[in-house]
Formats: sequence, C-alpha cells, structure tokens
Amino acid sequence: MSEKILTVDRLTMRFGGIVAVNELSFAAERRQITALIGPNGAGKTTVFNCITGFYKPTSGAIRLVHDDGAVFALERLGDFRISKQAKVARTFQNIRLFPGMTALENLMVAQHNALMRASGLTFLGLIGAPSWREAERRAIDLATVWLKRVGLLDRADEAAGNLPYGDQRRLEIARAMCTEPALLCLDEPAAGLNARESGALSDLLLAIRSDCGTSVLLIEHDMSVVMEISDHVVVMDYGVKIAEGTPQHVRDDPKVIAAYLGADEEEAIAVMESGS
Amino acid sequence: MSAPSSAPLPAPSHSQNTSGIATSGIAFILKKAVISAFVALVLFSLMIGVRTEAGPEGHLIYWTRFGELAAIVAIVFGGSIIIELLRQWIGPSGAGRLVPPWLQDAADLIGRWLAPALLVFAILIPVIFYDQRYILDLSILVLTYVMLGWGLNVVVGLAGLLDLGYVAFYAVGAYSYALLATNFGLSFWICLPLAGILAAFWGVLLGFPVLRLRGDYLAIVTLAFGEIIRLVLINWQDLTGGPNGITGIPRPTFFGIPLSNDDDGLAAKLGIEFSPTHRVVFLFYLILALALLTNWVTIRLRRLPIGRAWEALREDEVACRALGINITTTKLTAFATGAMFGGFAGAFFATRQGFISPESFTFHESALVLAIVVLGGMGSQLGVVLAAIAMIGGFELFRGLDQYRMLVFGFAMVLLMIWRPRGLVGHRAPTVFLEKNQAISSDLVKEGHG
Repeated sequence: MSEKILTVDRLTMRFGGIVAVNELSFAAERRQITALIGPNGAGKTTVFNCITGFYKPTSGAIRLVHDDGAVFALERLGDFRISKQAKVARTFQNIRLFPGMTALENLMVAQHNALMRASGLTFLGLIGAPSWREAERRAIDLATVWLKRVGLLDRADEAAGNLPYGDQRRLEIARAMCTEPALLCLDEPAAGLNARESGALSDLLLAIRSDCGTSVLLIEHDMSVVMEISDHVVVMDYGVKIAEGTPQHVRDDPKVIAAYLGADEEEAIAVMESGS
Repeated sequence: MSAPSSAPLPAPSHSQNTSGIATSGIAFILKKAVISAFVALVLFSLMIGVRTEAGPEGHLIYWTRFGELAAIVAIVFGGSIIIELLRQWIGPSGAGRLVPPWLQDAADLIGRWLAPALLVFAILIPVIFYDQRYILDLSILVLTYVMLGWGLNVVVGLAGLLDLGYVAFYAVGAYSYALLATNFGLSFWICLPLAGILAAFWGVLLGFPVLRLRGDYLAIVTLAFGEIIRLVLINWQDLTGGPNGITGIPRPTFFGIPLSNDDDGLAAKLGIEFSPTHRVVFLFYLILALALLTNWVTIRLRRLPIGRAWEALREDEVACRALGINITTTKLTAFATGAMFGGFAGAFFATRQGFISPESFTFHESALVLAIVVLGGMGSQLGVVLAAIAMIGGFELFRGLDQYRMLVFGFAMVLLMIWRPRGLVGHRAPTVFLEKNQAISSDLVKEGHG
C-alpha cells in the first residue's frame, strides 16, 4: 500500500496566455492533512479544480491511490466520475449548498450514487421494495451521524439557506463526508469564521482524519488553522511551489515570508532578523 | 419649500408631507397619480385619441376621439389613487401582515384538506353532473391540462429546465396512438404505453443537444423543437395526412368491450339502456386515473434519489457534479419522464377527439401548460391543479365577455402574479425529515437556470 494517496506530477494549467499553475509537483500523505497555502492569485484553487475534475489540466499527471491499491488518473477521469469512482470530495470557497433543501436532504443528495444502486435505478424504489427501504433508512442514519458530528442535528429539517454562515460551512463539510471519500478537498473552510468557529473547525478536521481515516487536502488563509492541524504544508506563489515541509519549517522559510509580504527575499530576511 | 419664506403660509404642512413622510402623504399619492395619468396620456394619445381607417379610395381618413382618451386618462388617474390607498391600507408589500390566529388556523386547515377534498369532488363529478355534458367535457379538459401540468412540472418545477416545447411530446403521443391504431388496429391499452415510450424516446432525443444549454438558450431550443415537430406533422403528408390530420381514430374500449350502441357494447352486456354519456364518463375516469398515476409517480420519484438529484440540479449544478451526480443522465431522465406523461396525455387526447391535426399542437398549448406550472408554483402538485382549474375553468367563465375575455384574463393573471409572485402554492415540502416536516419558503428555493 502506497503511503501517498495523491501525487501531483508537473501539473500545468494554462488559460490562454496565462499560466495559472506551472509544473507543480507535490504529494499528499495518506491519513494526513496536507495544506496548500499561498497569497491570493497563487493558483491554489486552480490546482483544486484540476484535482476535482472541474478543469482539465494542460499537462501533467494527478494520481490517486486507494487503500486497496486501485489507481486513478484524475487528469483523465474528469467531471462527476472523480467523486463517484475515485472518491474525491470537495467543498467550495463560496459555499455551494442546495439552499432550498433541508440540511438532511443535502446529506441525502450526497449519497446519490449509493442510493441509486440501492433503489435499482429507481425501479425498485418506485414499487417500495424492502431492500430499498432498508437502504434509505441506513442513508438517513449516516446523515444523522454527520449532522450530530457537525452539531446540526437540531436543525436537520431547516432549509440549508436559512442556516447561519458557520453552520453552512460545517454542513458543506458533512455533505462532502457523506459521499464517503478517500480524499477530502476543502477550499478555504475557515473563511468568514470567527476564532471560536475556526477552533471548532480544526477539531472537526482532526476528528475526520483520525476517526474516518480520510486524507485531507486543504486550502486555507487562516494561518492559525493551518499551523494547528496540518501535517504537511505546500506553499505556492505565481503558480509554482516555493516551499514545502512541516508547518514549523514553512513558517520560518524566508521565501514564504517574502511571498506573503510581496517583498524580496533579502528584505524578508532583514524583517525576520529585526523582528527576532 | 426651499425658498426662505418668513410669511405664515398654509403650505408648510403640505411640504412636510412630501419630504417628511415621503411615501404616504396626499401629495405623494397625487404626484404618483399625475405621473401615471401623464404616461397614459402619452401612451393612448395615438392608440385611442386618433382613429385611422382606409377611405373608400384607399386614402387614409382619420378622426379624433378625445372624449374616450380623456376617460381613459381619468380612469388611470383615479385607479392609481385607489391602488396607492389600498397599498397603504394593506401595508408595504413584503412586510408580514398581522393575521389573526384563528384565520391562520383556518388557512392551515384548508391547506391540509384541500387536496383530499378536491380528489373526492373529482371522483363525484360524473355522479353530480351526469346530465350536464358541458361540465363533464370541461372537467375532462381541465384534467387533461392537470396531467400535462404535472408532467411538465417534473421538467420545469423539479429539474429547473425551462421547456417551451412540451406540446411536442403531447403531439408525439397523440400521433403515436392515432397511427398505431388506424394502421395496425392496435387497441388503446396497448398503444398507451407505446405512446409514452415513444414520447420519452423523443424527450431523450431533445435532451441530448440541449444538455449544455442553460436558461434562455435552452428555452429557445425547446421552443424550436416544438415547432419542428409541428412542421414535420404538417409536411409529412404520406404518414400524418398533413394539415388534414388523422380521422377515424378508434374510441377507447372498456378493456376490450366497446362503449357503443350494439349488442356487443357495454350497455347491452350490462343490460342497461345505452347513453352517449357512458363514454364521456368513462373518458373522465380514464383521464382522472392517468392524471393520478402521473401524480403518484411524481410524488414517489421526489422521494427517490433521482428526484432529489433533479431538485439538487435545480438548486446548484456545480455542487451536483462535485457530489458525483451524473448531470447528463439526470437531465435526460427528467426530460424523458416529463415527455412520457405528455405522451400519455396525447394518446388520451387522440382517443377522446377521434380526430387530430397539427392545429391542436401549436405553441399556444406549450405556453398554456407552462403558465399553469408557473402560476401554480414551481414544483407544487396541488398548485398545478389549482392553476389548471383557474386557467381553463376561468377561461370558460369569462366566455360571456366576448372579446374582452383575454383582457380580463390577462389582468387577472397580472394581479395574481403581483399578489403571489412565486405561484399559488409558493413553498416547497421537504422529501425527507427527521422530526418535523416544515415547508421551505419559496425565497430560498431556486428556479433553476436550465
């Protein structure tokens, strides 16, 4: 069994003349939290969209290896199959719930493929076969478990669009987890959360890693979250990787500081030295 | 009163009204009425004020009708004041008016019992109105549109795909039955599923090219599809008989027993006197059963993964893809399911009329069915019934008004859409719940973008 669940190899994404991601290579370890950080416009979300099939990369390879050794070439899989077959789930920077459906319904939609099989492509379900009823009950149970984990059990029957912002963020993560993913990709899950909420988010992500054995890939600007929960950090700037390593290692890298401050490396070293 | 006036004028109270309470004073109402009247004056001065006609030698003669013009402007002026007063009396739109609790309870009670009451009434219609052929025919017509509305509701209301060419599937169903029955002598009960399958097939066929299209573009292509089907029916003379249509379509049989006035007929077998009303009553129950089947299937589908995927598709297509839902098949099944019910309704239409021609399948029909779905509240089954009764029944109700019928009808629809912008039944019922089944406000539910 490979220890690397995700291997990105020389990934390049061009939009016309703009090179959003240039020859990016990194790997995400199994059952670990890998953070992808970088200043605005560094190309993080583009990498995410390539991994989750929303973009087709210009060149490069993205390999995903399941626990059982099955290998998926994500750059060729594309669209809904990445979630269905390769079991990669994602959340969005700007929350994309189904606002007119209840929290519970959102989690039921996430189990679509499993339920579709159980309902015999609708026909068994239409006649109300016992096997279908059983599958539906199990799906509701799974959804209930996740509602409980994200603390939304008492709001299960409320419309998702009516929930407060922080609850919507957590519900989106719960919805992604209901697809029972091997790799969970989170695009800025802490954006717009207050300190207490992002603390709860960190706990949730750590619990997902330890209890479910799901590997997590994370884009985040909130450094307190990144530093607290990441096992491995990849730093991007202008579409290329400028550093990677443990949170501690990355934090002290002058290149990273320079990228965030928008300054030269020498200046950054000067700032660091004067600061310490 | 911008000028620094020191004189004690009666005007200040007036100016206070316009500036202080900008939306409630008499001056505001008058100002609004004057503006409306002015717009009406400009608008109608040529439309009503001047009447032109071709003279006996082909030259233009015209005369003025300033009396009528003044009357119209006065009506607009007065009407604007009344509407504004009503609005202030009712309160600002959108703000929740205080409804007495007993009224709320009564409304809830009516809401809960309306559907069963309507169903019981529908079943009893042939008993109550046995001697009134007109009402029976009208009920059959209303039920046909209820069924079409329920079918289109799958596509437009649940999946959020705006389909302006729904009549095409109605036509496919009708011609399928007509051609199969007249050429091969197949019975209605064999042709009915075939008509549904053929219509569903055409639904998938339409679905493929429009998968990538959204919103307005989808609407235009579906509109074109409806027209193409109609034009093919007109021009393929060998098969469809062209504009002459198909005559002599067999009437439905009571599971093989004809409803006719001979020894083999149902009346003779039951030993009762033959009456042409038997057939009408039979047709009534047939369309009622078909419509209820549509309703039952749709309600079941909503609670199955495919139905939830349709609604999720309406809410957010990108999120659906991220959850591993195959957008292509989901959209195609929505088109196919809606088309199938349209095909059933078409087969029924053909057997009821005994004669079909392309004239019955114009864009007007598509627009009418879509209006029923939108007016009823997108996705609401009960709303479709109410809207079909209002649209078809209301249209008949205003028959006495002759040429003003369309005017009154259009006015009523405008008022209704102001009063209930999201349709008669504007909330969504969840498909699954843990503890309490609470309706979701229409403000949150998306209409879909194609």
